[in-house]
Amino acid sequence: MTMQFNDETFRGDYTYFNSETAINRFPFPFDQDTYMYSVNIEQHPGGPKGTPFEKMFDVDEHYVSEMKDREITLAEDPLRCQSLPHMELAGWDLLELIMVSKAKDYPDLFKLTRDGNDWHWVNKPLGIEKKFTFLAPTTLPCGPMEYITRQTQGDFALLHERDGNLWMDAGMVTSQADWSLDFDVGMNFFEWHAPVPKAKKMGVFDKALKFLLSVNQGQHYRRLNWTMTVNPRLDTSPENYHKWGPEKRTITPENVGQKQFLRVELQTFFRLPRSNALAFPIRCYLMNLEDIATKPKWGRRLHRVLRDIDPDLADYKGFAVNQEMIVNYLSQFDDGAPTSPGIFPES
Amino acid sequence: MPNTEFSPSIDSRPTYTGLVSQGSAPAIMVADEAGAGALSDLATADASVMDNAHVVLVGCAASVLGDNAPRAVHETPDLDAATPLVSQLLNEARMGTQLYLAGSEGLMGHVSALATAAGMPLGEIQMEHRGSIARRMQCVHCKGITEGVTTDPFTCSHCGLTLFVRDHFSRRLGVFQGVCVDAETPGVVPETVEIQA
Repeated sequence: MTMQFNDETFRGDYTYFNSETAINRFPFPFDQDTYMYSVNIEQHPGGPKGTPFEKMFDVDEHYVSEMKDREITLAEDPLRCQSLPHMELAGWDLLELIMVSKAKDYPDLFKLTRDGNDWHWVNKPLGIEKKFTFLAPTTLPCGPMEYITRQTQGDFALLHERDGNLWMDAGMVTSQADWSLDFDVGMNFFEWHAPVPKAKKMGVFDKALKFLLSVNQGQHYRRLNWTMTVNPRLDTSPENYHKWGPEKRTITPENVGQKQFLRVELQTFFRLPRSNALAFPIRCYLMNLEDIATKPKWGRRLHRVLRDIDPDLADYKGFAVNQEMIVNYLSQFDDGAPTSPGIFPES
Repeated sequence: MPNTEFSPSIDSRPTYTGLVSQGSAPAIMVADEAGAGALSDLATADASVMDNAHVVLVGCAASVLGDNAPRAVHETPDLDAATPLVSQLLNEARMGTQLYLAGSEGLMGHVSALATAAGMPLGEIQMEHRGSIARRMQCVHCKGITEGVTTDPFTCSHCGLTLFVRDHFSRRLGVFQGVCVDAETPGVVPETVEIQA
């Protein structure tokens, strides 16, 4: 295998780290020096070689450790993976999409052989080899959505379309920015976004829903979203908020560079062929301020964005209590020079 | 006493538009003592609404309905006792059956969750809020449900955490969400206030 996988943790001793390669390909989410909500959607996949935008489902050095972390979270709380009864077909659609894409994009890591509905799946990084019958649930050890998302980085929501709306009727959610699948499953698009401040009045959700409803077979899109997380923790769930919440108050001027992470979500949208559901993968990338600042453009820009952000958004994204320390730390990297447009660092 | 007017809130918070007769269509009606008044008002407006109605009363006697005799009426001591009966009525219901719910948010949230799980479309569920504005709350941490929550914050009756009462509501579970209010600063809890409509 050409790719090296880190042995690292996302809880407890937090040994998570980004190699130089991972830093260089980090999906920095800000294309300008200010931030406000927008429906910042573009086609997917597609992007410079080596970036997380290049392949349908990005696989990186964190893959194996992220899947171990998901296993721990699911063992503690099986309700992080749920699928309402009418969503099984969408689960098979998702399994097919991921297996076909990964086998094509990473032939040295994954292999899929199909003879009609007799499928043979090989996942080398996780040491899995499985023969099963496509669309036959008893031939897998668990439901199809659970089976494939235990082998794929990122959270997944499967959205059922009816009554001119999208309903979050299935999902695998173990690396979320503080929302509960167990609570939200069964909600429509407006309901599960209800707690987001300001965006409704700005019309963001109306526009986003219209866009998503018009996504057709074979069309794939993406957008970036972000928040801030103390320590490289994937499981920032409301369920465990009383456990990770105290860590938010451990930031000091001395440790902020190492302990404060920018959490970026690469959100993608795929229309699924048999179920007509939408797959909504939410892939999480974590990088601490110290590593971000190794790119002069990113250091300057992040300082300006976080310094000038709307206070409601700082509060909603959960970093208002640490904002002053974060901005003070980042100010050392901002010499006032102009930044170039776009998200990529100046080589 | 009319349908309670709640302050405008976020999109997941349920709103109750009040009961409007759908005539003599097959109906299931569930109400507590305060909600029974809404059923009486409904029948007064259109007596035919009771022709094919199964009424389940929670914690009150059939006499609260006055002269408005439904096809069948069932008295139950509390929501737990009513649940198997309501579930059976919902599971046996034919297409076009109307569901009328009246009373507390806890009752309406619980029964509408049963109804949607049984496959009833949202368009055939009507609700009217009467009586207490106490909430049925789920602790997001231990998943325990506490009925009759009237203060914010409140103490989870199951795990003991102090919870902030959100307006975020799960129609599948029929509950509001409670989230630990002092997770980041254990012991630092805002003053307790009465929940407002």
